[in-house]
Amino acid sequence: MSTHATTFGVPHRKMAMWVFIGSECMLFGSLIATYLSYKGKSVTGPTPDEILNIPLTSVSTFVLLMSSLAMVLALDAVQRDQNNQAKLWLGGVIVLGGLFLAGQVYEFSHFYHVGLTLQQNLFGSTFFVLTGFHGAHVTVGVIWMATLLAMASRGRLGPERSLDVEVAGLYWHFVDVVWIVIFTVVYLIQ
Amino acid sequence: MNEMAEHQAGTHASRSTYWLVALILAIITLLEVAVFYIPFLRTAIAPILLVLSATKFALVAMFFMHLRYDRPILTAILSTGLVVAAAIILALMLLFGALRLMAPA
Repeated sequence: MSTHATTFGVPHRKMAMWVFIGSECMLFGSLIATYLSYKGKSVTGPTPDEILNIPLTSVSTFVLLMSSLAMVLALDAVQRDQNNQAKLWLGGVIVLGGLFLAGQVYEFSHFYHVGLTLQQNLFGSTFFVLTGFHGAHVTVGVIWMATLLAMASRGRLGPERSLDVEVAGLYWHFVDVVWIVIFTVVYLIQ
Repeated sequence: MNEMAEHQAGTHASRSTYWLVALILAIITLLEVAVFYIPFLRTAIAPILLVLSATKFALVAMFFMHLRYDRPILTAILSTGLVVAAAIILALMLLFGALRLMAPA
C-alpha cells in the first residue's frame, strides 16, 4: 500500500479518485449531451411525457440521497473506531443502493413491456444508455460497499483503514450527484 | 508526512451537520417535485430546477465529499471536469440544433 502523500499534500489514492471523478464528469457530460441533443427528435413513441414515472423516480432519488448520508456516517464511524456503527451504516448504504437498483430494474422492465427498447426510438437509445451507465456505476458501488462491510465484519476496518472508506465514499457520492443531474435533466425538465 | 497522518490531519463536519445537510437535500427534492406539478411555474420550470439541482450538487460536494474542508486542488480537479462537461453539453446541443444562440432568420 502507498504510504506517501502527493506534492499537493493529498494521499495518492484520494488524488487518483478525484482525477477519476473529474474524468467521469466528462463521460456523463457526453451522455447527457447526447440525450439532450436528441431530445424531442424521436419519430415514434413512447415519448418521455407518456412514460416517465415521476413519483417512483422521486422516491428513488430520495433513497440515493439518504444512501449518501449513510455513507458519510459510515466514514465518520470508521474514523472514530466505532465498528458496530460502521457496519450498520455500510449495511444501510448497501440496502439503499439495492433499493435504488430495484427501482431501476422495475422501471426498465416496465418500459420494455410498454414498447420502449434500446432500438425503439432516439429517446429509448439515449435514455437507456445514460441511466444504464449510471445504474452500472451504482452496482459497482454496492459491490465495493459489500467488500468494506465484509472487512468491517472481520474487524479489519479500523481508523488506520479510513482512507479506504473515504475513497469508496467519494465514488458513492459522485454517483449520487450524477443522479441529481439526471433526475433534473431527464425526468423533471421534459 | 505519510498518507495516514496526512489523511487524519483534515477536519470533517460533525454528524449533526451531515444530518442537517441530508434534511436540506430532502426538502430541495420535495421542492423540485412540487415545482414539476405546479402549472403556473411551467414557464420557468427549467431555470428553477437547474438552480435547485445545482444547490443539491454543491451541498453533496462540499459536505459529504468534504471539499469544503479539503485541499483546494481537489475542488479545482472537480471544477475542471465540470467545466469540460458543460462545454461538451453546450457544443453538442448547438451542433445538433437542440439549442440556438440566435433566433432563426
